Amino acid sequence: MTLSGALEVASCTDPGMVRSHNEDSIASDGDQGLVVLADGMGGYNAGEVASGMATTVIITELQQLLVKRLPYEIDAHSGQLVAHQLLHEQIAKANTSIYQAAQSQPQYAGMGTTLVVALFYDNKMTVAHIGDSRLYRLRGGELRQVTKDHSLLQEQIDSGVITPQQARQSQNKNLVTRALGIDPIVEAEIHDYDTKPEDIYLLCSDGLCDMVSDDDIGLALQTLSSNLKLCAQHLVQTANDNGGRDNISVILVRVLRDYPAPRSIVGKMMSWFK
Amino acid sequence: MAKLILSMDNLVLKEIALTKERTTIGRKPHNDIQIDNLAVSGEHAVIVTILQDSFLEDLGSTNGTVVNGQPIKKHFLQNSDIIELGKYKLKYVNEAVTGQAKAADFEKTMVLRPGPARSAAPAPVAPPAAVVPPVAAPVAAAAAAGAKNFSDTVAGQSATAPPVAPFKAAPAPQKNAALQLLSGANAGKELDLTKPLTTLGKPGVQVAVITRRPQGFFITHVEGASFPVVNGKTLDAQAHSLNDHDVIELAGVKMEFFLKT
Repeated sequence: MTLSGALEVASCTDPGMVRSHNEDSIASDGDQGLVVLADGMGGYNAGEVASGMATTVIITELQQLLVKRLPYEIDAHSGQLVAHQLLHEQIAKANTSIYQAAQSQPQYAGMGTTLVVALFYDNKMTVAHIGDSRLYRLRGGELRQVTKDHSLLQEQIDSGVITPQQARQSQNKNLVTRALGIDPIVEAEIHDYDTKPEDIYLLCSDGLCDMVSDDDIGLALQTLSSNLKLCAQHLVQTANDNGGRDNISVILVRVLRDYPAPRSIVGKMMSWFK
Repeated sequence: MAKLILSMDNLVLKEIALTKERTTIGRKPHNDIQIDNLAVSGEHAVIVTILQDSFLEDLGSTNGTVVNGQPIKKHFLQNSDIIELGKYKLKYVNEAVTGQAKAADFEKTMVLRPGPARSAAPAPVAPPAAVVPPVAAPVAAAAAAGAKNFSDTVAGQSATAPPVAPFKAAPAPQKNAALQLLSGANAGKELDLTKPLTTLGKPGVQVAVITRRPQGFFITHVEGASFPVVNGKTLDAQAHSLNDHDVIELAGVKMEFFLKT
């Protein structure tokens, strides 16, 4: 299945102004409708290893699997949407690889990574995320945060201990409650969303949203929507102008046209007899 | 580690370190901070401390709790907040704010894990003193119970942790600037460049953007076959720094960039 021409993808990643390493990792395949972003953590270069493993495992495995399997179909055995099943399986696989590397190699002990993946198909996208890397949507001039962080701060906001305004001041900003590669099993949060032509989706690491306000992100997406590459570079530059205290990664996806799944009679018949 | 300085009439009475997850304040002797004054209720208030953050909550006291002159029910304490209970004052000091360690180390993302911390991984990590109030944040409690410090650079240094710098808006350039149109239908008009991004031109034909950055103002080509011209020179795809009285030509319109004093 190919979505060529349906999506425009641009990305940019930068170590920021303070860090020497870039522990973020990004990968995308516009034709397959697949974007992946990971923000690694752990001493020395372990963070890079963890985020690199996550993006590589997920993108290469899914690229192969999507040739054979259609994400919008229902799996006959599990009754799950194939998109969900593929994401569950490959995230589990990436988790196991990172976890085992961390267990077997002392220099990688304790490494882990956040993750946000979006898979586009049939005028929809399935988003899976773990940790505090985010996905935003710009539609009709309005920017909305789609994913909800798995972080101590978000839990404090949810339980009413602090307000989102106070959260900006909190010193517990950088504590995530879920990450890939820390435990033998991890559960990703997976949801489906409808997409529309002209939507712009932003995947980013916390290096962007901690340094740039949602208003400024929204303004940049709106103003520079005709040049996505420039927009991605501008977002990274703004984070750096504001201090660039962490690695900054940005993936932008614009929906150029509808991309419904092929629903011909023949196709339906085929799927019945499969 | 955050602490409170108890004083009355500008006289310091004592210092109390916020080491417990719940520090109670009241007139009765079982309180962690006992203030024997009739204006203070038996159980007056409580301070809940979660890692580096502390929250003050009034426990339905008769005379209420005032922070920085405002009566509060629940308050997220910030360094040098003054809590008033009758004649007594409690100053909240978070030493993290004056800490010396490198801030960057503490911005590294760490993982808090639910369930008991395992000791399987031979990781050079030390669990931080994760104290979580069971009442105030039940969810956080579960998560932080097995708090595991993730980054080796962070282990064991939480006592002197400096603050994570609060989010700051972009430091705006010193000067303000504007564009004055020199040709076209709106010749003579002025356009103030107050936004971080200002687009110029006609969508679909030629668009450029002026970005306002701490270093100054820059013009960048966004879309269209032709590039903007500055002082008679055609730009490339790179951002171009603008100087006072530069003349920009874009989509057939000439305009002058100038700095305002």
